[in-house]
Amino acid sequence: MQSTSHSFKQNARDALTDAQLQKALSKMRPGFQQKRADVVAKLPEFDDLRDRGRDIKNHVLENLDFYLERFESNVVANGGHVHWCRNAEEARQTIMEICRSVDARTVTKGKSMVAEEIGLNEYLEEHGVEPIETDLGEYIIQLRGEPPSHIIAPAIHVNKEQVVEAFRKKHTDLPPDRALEEVGDITDEARTQLRPKFFAADVGITGANFLIAETGQTVIVTNEGNGDLTQTLGKAHVVVASLEKIVPTLEDASCILRLLARSATGQEFSVYTTFSSGPRRETDLDGPESFHVVLIDNGRSAMLGTEYQDMLRCIRCSACMNHCPVYAAVGGHAYGWVYPGPMGAVLTPSLIGIDEAGHLPNASTFCGRCEQVCPMRIPLPKMMRHYRAKEFTENKTTAQIRNGLGIWSYFAKRPWLYRQSTKLGAALLRALGGKRGRIASLPLASGWTSVRDLPAPEGRTFQQLYKMSGHGKKGDA
Amino acid sequence: MSAAREQILAGIRKSLGRGPLDGAAAEAVEARLKGHARILVPKRSDGDQAHKIGLFVEMAEAVSCTVDRLESLESVPERLADYLRRENLPARIKQSPGLEDSVIPWEKAPALEIASGAAVNEDAVGLTPAHAGIAETGTLMLHSSAETPTTLHFVPDTHVVLLRESQIVGAYEDAWDLLRQKLGLEPGTSMPRTVNLVTGPSRTGDVEQIIQLGAHGPRRLHIMLVKD
Repeated sequence: MQSTSHSFKQNARDALTDAQLQKALSKMRPGFQQKRADVVAKLPEFDDLRDRGRDIKNHVLENLDFYLERFESNVVANGGHVHWCRNAEEARQTIMEICRSVDARTVTKGKSMVAEEIGLNEYLEEHGVEPIETDLGEYIIQLRGEPPSHIIAPAIHVNKEQVVEAFRKKHTDLPPDRALEEVGDITDEARTQLRPKFFAADVGITGANFLIAETGQTVIVTNEGNGDLTQTLGKAHVVVASLEKIVPTLEDASCILRLLARSATGQEFSVYTTFSSGPRRETDLDGPESFHVVLIDNGRSAMLGTEYQDMLRCIRCSACMNHCPVYAAVGGHAYGWVYPGPMGAVLTPSLIGIDEAGHLPNASTFCGRCEQVCPMRIPLPKMMRHYRAKEFTENKTTAQIRNGLGIWSYFAKRPWLYRQSTKLGAALLRALGGKRGRIASLPLASGWTSVRDLPAPEGRTFQQLYKMSGHGKKGDA
Repeated sequence: MSAAREQILAGIRKSLGRGPLDGAAAEAVEARLKGHARILVPKRSDGDQAHKIGLFVEMAEAVSCTVDRLESLESVPERLADYLRRENLPARIKQSPGLEDSVIPWEKAPALEIASGAAVNEDAVGLTPAHAGIAETGTLMLHSSAETPTTLHFVPDTHVVLLRESQIVGAYEDAWDLLRQKLGLEPGTSMPRTVNLVTGPSRTGDVEQIIQLGAHGPRRLHIMLVKD
């Protein structure tokens, strides 16, 4: 997928003034956050499971080569194929070759973020194969000709009226005056449109939430059932997966599965968790005739052993973006590539480089909620901080920021001066705030005051208050 | 693309600062794989079989399954016919071939048309057995075989599942152990092509996060829970 991450700032400005987008985003927060909180409260072991999940993935990453080889040998023993691909181009070509081998004209697809990452749909279209997205959210954005804006709810930026508009425009075989107001009507129409396509498709492509080394199984976790129809009805089942998806055993997968749905949609468990191994067996009555796992590196092996290794524990639940105030304000498209929100702010520069995606780690208030809710306990703010430090030491920050930091560090290194000037500043701002305690305009702060008032401080600095509370050492302040 | 394979593996080893695992390190990882150690099983399903059955039913109903509790297989035909009539569904059923040998007295509900095989798009009601019911989340474990085609789990609008009370276990791990046992899984033998964990009927939240049942898979999941 082509990135626009370099223009994050402009993307974000545009997003903030996009009324349709802001309407859609306003519905998101109560849904995801409340559902997750409710379901987590029902499982006392949830935090212990997070520790165990983190440990499993750390163990896997330390032994990744071993587990990948074991996974491969088990896939082969089950009658399947494993294709190792260093980058997006190799992966696209491999999948195209598999499509050619069965003379494919159409492929159905379950939702896969790594397929977005390698730009699979465009490539298939260019080579005469029609890709059909079957997840309802993916289907909607395919009709609208846009990329996903969220890793588990790809059409979260779209309002119902916009879905209806897209359906009326594209489903021209249906009567134009049909009822399409309720979500049930929309879902039924998509179901009816897609059902024959599942049966007609030559190849079914899915992603994978897990690869199980012990058994050579691939796992998808879904709610709609589209992934299962996709992978059962095609002649070939192609699984596209990045290499960090591996876990050792079914017991390890069971542990992490207890975290995934609860963190993602706030469900106790997703509707369909499906384990696939190899093609249909000789006596089976249905299932694909061939089974391929396209194993993609695309920059991940280079993250091992670096300060960004922990990011490879990510299970793509989306809890971080569902709880992120920046994501809630600008939505997923502003981030400019496949992975938005806090996880994207770390993963995107790791995979496509700091020159392209250097803005993303700055798109955080460091409120820390992403780390608080991450089921794999990934220290997202710490890694964003690494990227900010890197941006600074590589001299990629703007002169304005460098000068500002220079002035701040001059004061910070001189505690007496720092205390005096902050005291003076706090008192001055308080005076400016007047009776209302709010400041309507302030030199150098128009970025804030042009859209809202700045709340004035109460008059004392944090250090003064700390001392007054009896915690400060004598002679401080 | 074996060049890619070698390069990826070499890259991983270089990043980790070591060569291929050998000696004690390899043995430790091997032992972990073979041990199948359970990581952490929540306590909610601990208890006797009655507790597990109760929890299974409660959790399954919470995700919009309907559960019909039966004294014996004897009453399956009539109760299924009742259900189909109540829901205004056709009396034509496609069942898993594996159920052909069961002792269900279909003659008790002569209005029901029963066929066996994999599902086709015209099949409105599928009837299948299950490998296990998992109490902790009201989840069914189903798997493919010559007797139990996977399409029956996804294609028909209505999926009816026959489950015996003794098939209900507490945790996912218990169901995996049972499956390994049933298939006599030794090193070198493999899992079925497909194992499905199914928790309720198909749904989507992709339009404004409003939950709508019946996205692409079954709109209804009806569990007939039979005493042993």
